[in-house]
Amino acid sequence: MTKLNVTINGLPVEAEAGMTILEAAELAGIDIPTFCHDPQLVGAGACRICIVEVENARNLPASCVTPIWDGMVINTESDRAVQARKANLSLLLANHPLDCLTCEKSGACSLQDYCYKYGVSETDYVGEGKDYAVEDSNPFYERDMNKCILCGKCARVCHEINGAGAIDYAFRGFTSTISPAFGEPVENSPCVFCGMCTDICPVGALTPKLSKGKGRVWEINKVKTICPYCGTGCAIDLHVKGNEIVGASGNREGLANKGHVCVKGHYGWDFVHSPDRLTKPLIKKDGKFEEASWDEALSLVADKFKAAGAEGLAGLSSARCTNEDNYLFQKLLRMMGSNSVDHCARL
Amino acid sequence: MTAKPKIVVGLGTCGIAAGGREVYKAIEKALTDNSIDAELTQTGCIGACENEVLVDIVKPGQPRISYGKVTEEKIGEVITNHLLNDKIDREFALGKIGEGELPAEYDDLPNFFVDLPFYEKQVRLCLRNCGFINPEVIDEYVERDGYEALKKVITEMKPEEVVDVVKKSGLRGRGGGGFSTGLKWEFTMKAVGDKKYVVCNADEGDPGAFMDRSILEGDPHSVMEGMAIAGYAVGADEGYVYCRAEYPLAVKRLKLAIEQAKEKNLLGENIMGTDFSFDLKVKEGAGAFVCGEETALLMSIEGKRGMPRPRPPFPANEGLFAKPTCLNNVETFANVPVVILDGPDKFASIGTEGSKGTKVFALTGSINRTGLAEVPMGITLKEVVFDVAGGIIDDGKFKAVQAGGPSGGCIPEDLLHLPIDYDSLTGAGAMMGSGGLVVMGEDTCMVDIARYFLTFTQSESCGKCTPCREGTKRMLEILQRIVAGEGEPEDIEKLKTLGEAIKDTALCGLGQTAPNPVLTTLRYFQDEYEKHIFDKRCVAGICVDLMVYLIDAELCNGCGRCRKACPVGAVSGEKKELHTIDTETCIKCGVCVEKCKQEAISLQS
Amino acid sequence: MKAENDFNYAAVDNIYDTWKAQKGALIPMLQEIQHEFGFLPRTALEYLSKKLNQPISQIYGVCTFYSQFHLKPRGQHIIRVCQGTACHVRGIAKIATALEDELQVPVGDTTEDLLFTYESVACVGCCGLAPVMMIDDVTYGRLIATAVPDILKKYERGEDNDS
Repeated sequence: MTKLNVTINGLPVEAEAGMTILEAAELAGIDIPTFCHDPQLVGAGACRICIVEVENARNLPASCVTPIWDGMVINTESDRAVQARKANLSLLLANHPLDCLTCEKSGACSLQDYCYKYGVSETDYVGEGKDYAVEDSNPFYERDMNKCILCGKCARVCHEINGAGAIDYAFRGFTSTISPAFGEPVENSPCVFCGMCTDICPVGALTPKLSKGKGRVWEINKVKTICPYCGTGCAIDLHVKGNEIVGASGNREGLANKGHVCVKGHYGWDFVHSPDRLTKPLIKKDGKFEEASWDEALSLVADKFKAAGAEGLAGLSSARCTNEDNYLFQKLLRMMGSNSVDHCARL
Repeated sequence: MTAKPKIVVGLGTCGIAAGGREVYKAIEKALTDNSIDAELTQTGCIGACENEVLVDIVKPGQPRISYGKVTEEKIGEVITNHLLNDKIDREFALGKIGEGELPAEYDDLPNFFVDLPFYEKQVRLCLRNCGFINPEVIDEYVERDGYEALKKVITEMKPEEVVDVVKKSGLRGRGGGGFSTGLKWEFTMKAVGDKKYVVCNADEGDPGAFMDRSILEGDPHSVMEGMAIAGYAVGADEGYVYCRAEYPLAVKRLKLAIEQAKEKNLLGENIMGTDFSFDLKVKEGAGAFVCGEETALLMSIEGKRGMPRPRPPFPANEGLFAKPTCLNNVETFANVPVVILDGPDKFASIGTEGSKGTKVFALTGSINRTGLAEVPMGITLKEVVFDVAGGIIDDGKFKAVQAGGPSGGCIPEDLLHLPIDYDSLTGAGAMMGSGGLVVMGEDTCMVDIARYFLTFTQSESCGKCTPCREGTKRMLEILQRIVAGEGEPEDIEKLKTLGEAIKDTALCGLGQTAPNPVLTTLRYFQDEYEKHIFDKRCVAGICVDLMVYLIDAELCNGCGRCRKACPVGAVSGEKKELHTIDTETCIKCGVCVEKCKQEAISLQS
Repeated sequence: MKAENDFNYAAVDNIYDTWKAQKGALIPMLQEIQHEFGFLPRTALEYLSKKLNQPISQIYGVCTFYSQFHLKPRGQHIIRVCQGTACHVRGIAKIATALEDELQVPVGDTTEDLLFTYESVACVGCCGLAPVMMIDDVTYGRLIATAVPDILKKYERGEDNDS
């Protein structure tokens, strides 16, 4: 790799050729605000909040899509860049409901964070704003396009990562919005409700319904776990408030999924606190299930295995288990003398 | 040489709109009725829009006579007089073109391109064939050295040599930014790719601009030849012309021209028996101004929303379908055959140090001679406005000239001495743009003009980047408030801050230049903004909300038509006595003005 | 509205077949579908989406981006009033008012009899003839408001074939 030397905010930085200004700044531990950037998605350069001042450049390039060159002198927080960023925030605020008090995203909202950072408390440009009906007819997430800042990440994650391609930019200019075809609600689109769009949305335009009103971001502990639904082994973060799970999201450190999730891992956690959930073994006695200890239950199973004998034993395992678990399962069955092993996903 | 007399009717979009087709039919009839054996044909725009419909008559041995402003009713007489009696109708005759003998009584007839003030200062390279050839007949183009440049290039030159010639000529892109064409070709030539494209930007969308349309309608082959030469130079075998759908005639003539060129093996496989193949397709736009921006244009050809993408990568390296692509506009390509045939030195001898050759301008607005003019770079704005365009109509006073369309700016009188080249126009806050020049007199309100252009860019913003999508909307809202008399003192500062921020941060060239009409009018005409904001006055008398309707006591005869017509009952007065308008009630609909036979009612500031 | 099974899928098939060999030909396909049906019927777009194996959301995005495309039926004749600079300066507003009076619909709408759709257009590029309007492919220049009713009548009587 060719090394290039750049200067960011007076700091000499050695970066690799082909890197963007944003990536070089990350190397140096310098934070540049972004809305539309995500390392997993194709660069768009749309939101323009990441603009920086580059010596001898005519205007302020977007750091997320501008490659560095050797000797580049960059200032991420020059007066000119900060002024432009403030104007950008002011413009976004002019077309964004200021309902942070009740907004689900409050505390984790990039728009809020950057307004705080740059001291933009209100807009200088009051005028016509968006007026969309909030869409909550599906069971999983709410779409409030009034809050959308059109970074486009939801549409890109839908096309580039999920592949469903349920939503995209529609209309143009000031009337642009992100929408399923023909303005239908998402449940009438190819949406598979993976909810990655809700994870990636920098503002409160896309929010999970199950988590609504369940807790503020600062009250929530993210607990990394592996999704129990299938053998893929996706790392997910359970959002825990007190002792209650109030949400889930993909964990980007997960080697198997890099933060990608499906509908089950994302929204299928509410059984955890269900009163119907089995927490102790039940043994049917006289036609009725009665609570039993694990020892009792396991002994019963072992007795029945013995009674059935190798010829009378068959095993059916689950796609929820990992490959390793399934391997061990068939080993177990064979050790017990049976070759009748099957798997629910074979069908 | 034609033995038969030839009659040529100007049938560009302008000519057709002015009644060219009816004139054509009338000529057909006159020829049949009088049993005259003459060749009747058509041509594209010669640029003198003001004189449409234009009809030229060429009698063997005589110079070509150009008639202007001819009508369906009169043309028959003009034709028969000319062809049968050698009588030239002075009412319609504009001048003579070319060599030949005329009866002595017509010695004083002006020489069209030399004596007519509109053409005197023009140098026609790009428009060399417009108005002369029938664009639907390839032979007429070939007769005037058409495809000679392509032949020279593919039989005698190496691609590197072609690039060198174009570089040496100093030709710069005529579409807006003015990037060196030779350099662009060199980048594309050197770019690595199994497939390369040549794309012609014919998405001329600036209001007030019709240069490219006239070239495509009047001389499509010159553009195609330029593209084929580019294809040879950069190593491309396929090209696209992206033409806006609002130009149906241009699309039709282009498609026809491509067909004819393929038949003659001037396009297609193994052109003129060489190894060079080049295929050309026409893509029609679908109505989005932003597609004039090069990356948006490429997106559109790929079948996507025309939203610009960041550069780099530049199209020369990663363009259409991610392949190296050489992208220039219509006028640039039309210049290429001239550069090749005349040689780079001759081309570079025209113009200024940094801007070589000529530029075609669409002259419109409050001038005496609207039309299409090709002038050498370096000519002053003053010469164009006053000498070529003939100054302001009705001897009015010049106020500003808007150069470069929605991306350009308004240039005031004290900068009229500026030479027309890329750098001085940019320095003045305007830009060459595609070449629209809208001349404005004293009766133009600069705030209203800024609002007009911003309305345009705002409605054509693609919506991708925040500054353009949200910023142009807010700038427009501020301007709308100002012209409505609701401007606030801090509005000027707001416009400047917002304008600079958009200029600095928008994603594409269109967004970055969108504030120019506002910033330049603020720079040169801030007093007008102030009058609107502080005094609630529009000096030009354009902003209706800042004006009142008044009835002239001298002229009013008390007929009562205005009173009856007024929808809100703002007019009062007894019959046969002076009427008055209550300015508080008046909604300024203007019905009264239309109804008044005495012309007693007018808007006053 | 025709029932679903009456839909002319064959027309979409033909258009698809004409263009399928050309890369990225969605826009010409849409242009031809619109030419065929007068607008872009949802059924046609959904069918095309399947044939192209391209998400319908993307196709819808393209349809709503370009001003040429219409998702609703359109009039037999399209009137376009020029909003160019020259036309603006030379009084296109009066022409627009006259048209609205005659057609009784605002800009962007279609008359009830589906004869006219009335639109504005950025600039038709005939500034020397301002003010200008276009009806279908015919350009009317140097317009005066009083001439508008007669021009429209020609179309109402179906005498528009001379161009």
